[in-house]
This record gives sequence, structure tokens and C-alpha cells, in this order.
Amino acid sequence: MSYQTKKFIVSIFLHTFLLSVALSCIFPFLWMVNVSFKTQEQFDTDYGLEVSRTINWESYKTVLIEGQFWRFFLNSVFYTFITVVAIVIISSLAAYGFSRLDFPGKKYIFYTFLAAMMIPLPAGFVPVYVLLNKLGMINRGGYILAMTNMGLSLSIYLLKTFFDQLPRDLEDAARIDGCNKLQIWWNVGLPLVSPALAVVIIFNALTVWNEFVFAALIFTDDKFMPLQVGLMQFSERMVTQHTLIMAALTIAAFPIILLYLKMQKQFVKGLTAGAVVG
Amino acid sequence: MIQETFKDKLVNFSFVFPAFLIFSIFYIYPFFYIFILSFQEYDLISSPVFVGLQNFREVLFSGTPWWDSMWWNSVRNGVFITFCALTFQNFLAFALALAVDRVVRLNRFYRVVFFLLPVLSEVIIGLLMKQLLAGEPIGRGVLNQIFNNIGLSGFTHNWLGTNSVLFVTALVHCWKGFGWAFIIFLAGLQSIPEQLYEAARIDGASAYQSFSKITIPLLMPVLTLIIVLTMLGTMQTFAMIFALTGGAGGLTEVPVMLIFNHIKSNQAGLACAEGVVLGIMLVFVSFLMFFVSKKIREKYGVLSN
Repeated sequence: MSYQTKKFIVSIFLHTFLLSVALSCIFPFLWMVNVSFKTQEQFDTDYGLEVSRTINWESYKTVLIEGQFWRFFLNSVFYTFITVVAIVIISSLAAYGFSRLDFPGKKYIFYTFLAAMMIPLPAGFVPVYVLLNKLGMINRGGYILAMTNMGLSLSIYLLKTFFDQLPRDLEDAARIDGCNKLQIWWNVGLPLVSPALAVVIIFNALTVWNEFVFAALIFTDDKFMPLQVGLMQFSERMVTQHTLIMAALTIAAFPIILLYLKMQKQFVKGLTAGAVVG
Repeated sequence: MIQETFKDKLVNFSFVFPAFLIFSIFYIYPFFYIFILSFQEYDLISSPVFVGLQNFREVLFSGTPWWDSMWWNSVRNGVFITFCALTFQNFLAFALALAVDRVVRLNRFYRVVFFLLPVLSEVIIGLLMKQLLAGEPIGRGVLNQIFNNIGLSGFTHNWLGTNSVLFVTALVHCWKGFGWAFIIFLAGLQSIPEQLYEAARIDGASAYQSFSKITIPLLMPVLTLIIVLTMLGTMQTFAMIFALTGGAGGLTEVPVMLIFNHIKSNQAGLACAEGVVLGIMLVFVSFLMFFVSKKIREKYGVLSN
């Protein structure tokens, strides 16, 4: 057997392996979208295994309006947006402070943030929930603050290491031109760390968007539920309505899939950032 | 550098202050508060009562024999799922990474597809797989229907039924998680310089030799990292299993699910005691792995991270 044929056979073998795993990843989602376009009667006969020829938006309408998913969706967008903005501002300020400015106890405060990333706190949501309960903050505000805290340490760490690698010349120039520290942070610091900011944004947006435990504890009222909790509640109520559940899942998954296809690099960096730290 | 005055230092500290404030209230304070709560009985309404070690006794020794309690049952389930993730998930991820590293075509496609699952939320994955696997009455459910259609009706099974639900849950967990390990393995593989392999080839090394003498030792840091993170991550999963089976009457209950259910029913003290026990276990495991990985690194002579 020549080297060429051997190589060809190996690559056929590898591709079969890879494609079958890839298919197992894609198929459930194709099926999900396919079912969401069917009526319940169609689903009962073909289990969603035949490609629907007609596109039927009824399930989406029901889910969005009667299932209140328009509200869950907007809630999720709201929590994600506010939390990410808060984290970006607070963590970049802190990272700039840790990297460039000097004050007593700086090292120790930074180490506390680092320790928070290292020590697993599996039931951390319990005392925070009790605390919010005591403060009378079982509401959106409390949720957003708790979520902001969850993303802070990693974001500060990422931005601080990025700041550390940057030359200080531009900031010196800005200082000579009469900028104060806050202006330097805003006008020079933030634009310079924008590649790291993108990772911070994606990482935190995904964390908040996908977060379930806290939201399920805090929000018992339909009005304030984010998507994940809404999905859970909806699927419990509609156990047998497969087409409706699939439409709901598609609504929840689609924005993330689209964003992911658009910005894979940042997603991969954002989601593996935690690993790199450890 | 100009000497900064006290006021300057105060201004400097104010940059860190917002982060420090939130962090103190929502991390440092809860960190200590969880220990205090674990010694109390507190239903979030009446005032907390100090009960000593009663919560811990209830968590650890409430069964007869003592290992037959809800808590130890959930720990066993968690350990089983973790074991599956450590073996099956990570072997699959490693095999896929090796394969993708070798193929030329469709390289990018595979990466995009494999990393899709870690991006999506646990609730979505759980509910979707529930719809695919649900087998009530037996024979319904899409996977079973596929088996029927292709003439393998012998394979139909009530996947989420009593005898297989834990194993299926573990498989779904692996399926969701392998993409993440795959990406890290692949990054590790690609960071190995090509020259090493060339040098080995010139010296007459076989493919197997260069794999076991170059690839494996140089991947050791990545491997230990993945092992630690898989263990910590899997012992703390909850939402996917909650969505997939809802605990299946104890069959797939995991530690964090117990904690969640207890705080949901306002048993804050018990939930915290469970949290403390699980936290200590995880810290112990990660310390152990830290020393093991240090030894391994020394053995393979890989000094840097």
C-alpha cells in the first residue's frame, strides 16, 4: 500500500469518527427547530422525524404571547445588559487601580479576589439568598447585584493581567496633557484593553443569560422571571405539548447560537478563560 | 514618581472601592456567614436558633446505616457522574482533539460544532434531551422511534426509567461537557512545537513513540488541569439534571440539588451544612490534585505551567 492510500484511509476513518460525533451535536437542534414548526397532531404521527413542508408559526405565537415568553426574553435581556455594563465598569476601574495605581493593602485585596476564584463555594447561593432576604432585596436589584459579584473576580483578573502588559507611555502622555486619573482610565485605559473587554463581556453575558439556580430561588413571580426559569416552569406546565416546548427552547437557544456563530473566537476565549486562571 | 499624598492614595483606592464593596457584601460576608448558618436552624421568617452540630448530624449520620441517607446517596450519584465525565467525556474529548489536530479539511467546522453544547445553557440541554429520550409509555420518545424506524426495535428502552436513568444522565452530562475539554486539549496539542516531532522522526521514532514520549508528557499540565476542573465542575452540576429528570425520586439527585431543594423549602441551616460539607470535600480534592499534579510535572520535567 502506498503512502498516499494509507493516508487516505486514515483520513476517511478520522472523518467518519468526527462527523458522527458532530452529527450527534447537531441533530437534536435540527430536530428541535423542525418540531417547533409542526402541529401537535403532526408530531404525534411522525415524532418530528420528517422534515416539515409547511412552516407553522402557531407554536411560537402561543409560546410568546400566552406562555409569556416575550416577557421572559426581555427580562433576560435586561438582567444580562445591566449586569454586563455594571461588571465592565466596576471591574475595569478595579483592574486599572490594581495595575497602575498605588494604595496601602493593594496586594492583599487583590489576593482576596484571586482566592475567590480558587476556592469552590458550591452552596454560595444559600447565604447570599439569606442575606438578600434579610435586606428585603428579593427582587431584580438583588439579583443583579449578586450576578455582578459572580463575574467580578475573573473579570478583574483578566483585565488586570491585560493592563499589566501594556506600556504606560500613552497614559503618561495623557497625564502630561492634563488628564486626571478617571479621564485616563476612560479615554486611554478602556480603549486599550478592548480586546480583553470583549472576552469579559461575552463571558459574563453568557453566565448571566444561562444562570438558573439564583434566578429560580429569587424570582417566583412570572413578571420578573428570566428565560431559564421561565423555560423550566413552562415545561413543567406543558409536559405533553412537545411542539410548544420545542418552540420555547428554540426561542431561548437561537440568539445564543447566532451570536456564537458570529463571534466564536471570543466565545471560546471567554469560556476557557476560567480554565486558564486555574 | 512623585510622592503621592494621602488624598492621592484615597483617590487611587476609590478605583477599587466599588468592586471591593460588592465583593465584601456578596462574597466575603457570605463566606463566613455560611459557617454561622450551618450551626443554626433558620426558616428565613422566625429568628434563627443555635442548634450546635445538629444540622451536620442530620446531613452525615441520619441514615441507618449512616451511609444510607439522602446526602450520601446524592454524593454517590455525583461521584458516579464525575467518574463518567473523567473517563468517557475526557477520553472522547482527547480522541477528538487528536483527530481534529490531524485532519486538514473541515477543521474549523468540527471546532465550531463541538463547542456549541458548552455554550448553551444547562436547562436547554436538559429539557431538549428529556424530549428526545422520554420513554413513557415505553416505545414513545424520539430515540426509540428512530430505533423502530431503522429496524432496531430491540434497542428501545425506557431511557429515563429506574434502571438506566443515572447512567443516561451521566451520558448527557458528558455529551454537554466534552466540547469544553476538547477545546483545551486541542489548544494544548497545538502548543507543542512541530520541531520536536520532526527531530523525533529524524531520530527514527515511530508514531507511537513520539506520541508517548512527546505528546503525553507535554500534555500533562493540560491533562491535570482538565481533571481538576472536571471534578470540581461535575460535583457542582445541578441545573441540567434538574431539567432532565428532576432528581428522579433520588435516583439522580446530586448534592447541589439537595442544597437547592432545602433552601427552596426554607431550611437555610441544613442547606448551609450540606454546602459546608461539599465545599470541604471539594477543597480537599483540589488540594490533593494540586500536589499530585506537582509531582507529575516534576516527574515529566515540565517546570512551567
